Amino acid sequence: MQKFSAKTVYRFAVHNSIYIFLFLMLVVIVIMDPSFLSLTTLGIIMGQSASKLIFALGVAGLIIMGGVDLSVGRQVGLAAVLSASLLQAPDYFNVIFPGLNLPLLVPVALAMTVTALISFVQGIMVSKIKVPPFISSLGTSLIVYGVCCIYYDKFAGSAPIGGLREDFTAVSQQGFTVLGLKISYLFIIAMFCAFLVWVIWNKTTLGKNMFAIGGNVNSAKVSGVNVSKNMLIMYILAGLLYGLGGAFEGARTGSASNVLGQSYELDAMAACVVGGVSMKGGVGTIAGVIIGVIILQVINYGLVFVRVSADVQYIAKGAIILLAVMADAKKRSMID
Amino acid sequence: MTSEYLLRMEHICKSFGVVKALDDVTFTVRPGTVHALVGENGAGKSTLMNVLFGIHQRDSGEIWLKDKTVCCANPHDALMHGISMVHQELDQVSERTVMENIWLGRYPARLMLVDHKKMYHDTKKIFESMGVDIDPKATVKNLPVSYRQMAEIAKAISYNSDIIVMDEPTSSLTEKEVDKLMQLMNIIRGQGRGIIFITHKLDEVKRIADDITIMRDGKRIWTGDVKEYDINQIVSLMVGREMDNLYPPKDNVPEETVLEVRNLKGMGKNAVKDVSFKLRKGEILGIAGLLGSRRTELVETIFGLRPIESGEILLNGKPIVNKSPQQAIKNGFALVTEERKFNGNFPGMSVLFNALITKFNRRGAYRNNLNLLSSKKMAKDAQWVIDTLRVKTPGSAIKMSKLSGGNQQKVIIGRWLLLNPDILLLDDPTRGIDVGAKYEIYQFIINLAKQGKSIIMISSDMSELFGVADRVMVMSNGYETGCLDRSELNQETIFKLSAQRL
Ligand SMILES: Nc1ncnc2c1ncn2[C@@H]1O[C@H](COP(=O)(O)OP(=O)(O)OP(=O)(O)O)[C@@H](O)[C@H]1O
Ligand SMILES: [Mg+2]
Repeated sequence: MQKFSAKTVYRFAVHNSIYIFLFLMLVVIVIMDPSFLSLTTLGIIMGQSASKLIFALGVAGLIIMGGVDLSVGRQVGLAAVLSASLLQAPDYFNVIFPGLNLPLLVPVALAMTVTALISFVQGIMVSKIKVPPFISSLGTSLIVYGVCCIYYDKFAGSAPIGGLREDFTAVSQQGFTVLGLKISYLFIIAMFCAFLVWVIWNKTTLGKNMFAIGGNVNSAKVSGVNVSKNMLIMYILAGLLYGLGGAFEGARTGSASNVLGQSYELDAMAACVVGGVSMKGGVGTIAGVIIGVIILQVINYGLVFVRVSADVQYIAKGAIILLAVMADAKKRSMID
Repeated sequence: MTSEYLLRMEHICKSFGVVKALDDVTFTVRPGTVHALVGENGAGKSTLMNVLFGIHQRDSGEIWLKDKTVCCANPHDALMHGISMVHQELDQVSERTVMENIWLGRYPARLMLVDHKKMYHDTKKIFESMGVDIDPKATVKNLPVSYRQMAEIAKAISYNSDIIVMDEPTSSLTEKEVDKLMQLMNIIRGQGRGIIFITHKLDEVKRIADDITIMRDGKRIWTGDVKEYDINQIVSLMVGREMDNLYPPKDNVPEETVLEVRNLKGMGKNAVKDVSFKLRKGEILGIAGLLGSRRTELVETIFGLRPIESGEILLNGKPIVNKSPQQAIKNGFALVTEERKFNGNFPGMSVLFNALITKFNRRGAYRNNLNLLSSKKMAKDAQWVIDTLRVKTPGSAIKMSKLSGGNQQKVIIGRWLLLNPDILLLDDPTRGIDVGAKYEIYQFIINLAKQGKSIIMISSDMSELFGVADRVMVMSNGYETGCLDRSELNQETIFKLSAQRL
């Protein structure tokens, strides 16, 4: 019986190691500054998580299909620069396109179209030409970054694109207050995206096929799943989400430059893995992705809150990612 | 004093949640014997062996090896104690060579480098002792399943263990290889070692085993000398009721031709060479052949999984091309594949998912009025599969990998039945299925034929072909070498035809 309970504890520890680790970190943060535990902090974290959740939802689908996407961050950056450059206040001193007064939705839709196209091309490479997702997204990431820099240097010069229109920034910076908790409109949009993606994953053939491809691609083929078509659609969906999240990430921070989005792919994928999406494919839930994004943001913001240096933040983030992946591997190797 | 037994497992209990997989099971192996372990799908055979091999931990009970009580914490531990195991599901690194798979984790080394030469020769020696001709340097994924199975057996033997567990080693072997395996088991037995042999083919039990243990619903029903009971008695002990016949009455009547294959030749090295046959409405066409006869390749080519170089396929007189499984499914074909693990199963997904995956892709299936998948409609079909094929499972939400091997197979057959196909291609469909369930599946196949469906069934079990097929086509090395009517069926002719093109 002794052995039995020790084993149970061990199993629990392995299955939840990442949560235990994060909880300990949270405890340390709270000990260092108890004022961290407040509704204001929660509101801020929810606001910061919103756009990250949107693009994490995109990459989660690709991970479940057994792939990765290293181009998330650069696509987000391009979407932010593109939409910000078209949505500056007309009276801003450094306005790029004077006299432009597009409806809010047009530049956002444009950014989404561009990223959807980029992801579509990536999808073609992966599903038809059979380039490994790691390579195709690495290449894409570099190209997108280059294009973004050219656009940025040509139009914005060196200063970040600022002076964004108020109706644009309002989406992420304003909202309403429920019981003292500030909820931004962007958070509502993110939750709506989560709902939509949940429907796709769980209530459509596309979602079932996504799990089938990630679970066992050979079985999927025999079962009549059109593997490349379904992959392509999932890539386009991911691209749309990167564009949407990217545009509002710019709005949230108040400006956009070509460095925006750097290493966001790691944040997004780490959030997925922390939330139980397996890097081996076939496994994942929307609730998990939401929890993963929020947990990581709690830690991120917490470390900033207690003024840990940026270098240490990198180390902490890296450790979290490694631990999450190791825990995932270990979980899979434990049978019962 | 030496013990009378090599192995004693006493009062073993093991539960998975609410499922009591092993209930006070006692099991022993005497030195120099083959001990057969039989029982229905889900009876607990694999679980008992997994407990022995340290894959699962028992809840209670004791394990004695010779005179020592042991507790195998993991498979490595078990190997150290002289127990090796051939698993029910092939678990090989398919991108690597046969020899690398055999010596995985214990490569012979010289000067810190892997000694490939020694590895090659050692592997070769084992294969020679088994009487099989497999190239140790062949990549696993290019080998037919039966060769891969033989390689797994070679691996278990290479440990020189006192006890070798074989969990359904013969399920994907042809008769010839089964013979070789039996010879090998004889040799091992002669060395005073012990073999635990799990199988659903009771004639094999009669042929080779000394002792037999019968399990049902996690309990040990009976242990004794194989000679004490005949096959019928063993069957009734296994299924808990009398079974008079192994095959249901054949009362389907073949009608006009629906499918005609003319001089089919596939693309690539291991492809079908030249096959022609006709399949009639309401007919069950069996396909016999030796290992490497490319029967699997034939049905995969028809189903659109492999490209065609030349030849024609006519459906109801009209030429068709199945370029992909999607197209084949649209044309009314279905395929139960040979190797569940490679291209049948979704082990990490639920039973429901596994049962419905083919139908998901049919236009409009399971939609509610929002055009989304309706859980209620899905649950209904999943339940239909579970009920019709009598899948032993606590529910449809459970992960597929938690079902016993035979029950997984039933779910996969069920997923195709849901599509109500006109032409059902079955590649060794009763692999790993117990006698009782086999009967039900035969009955199902015959009923389908009676409803005007046509069935092509590959089988390595000749008596099965004799039992249900209307005609048997024989293949040899990619060629069709003959087609026998039910009245002309006999073993010798089939053997002769299968060797014709070697
Ligand atoms: N990891 C697991 N989790 C939950 N239940 C399990 C697990 N492994 C096995 N079971 C259950 O334990 C029972 C016994 O399964 P086992 O695999 O031992 O059957 P078996 O006798 O080997 O059958 P088969 O002939 O089909 O291989 C089954 O009901 C099965 O569903
Ligand atoms: Mg089993």
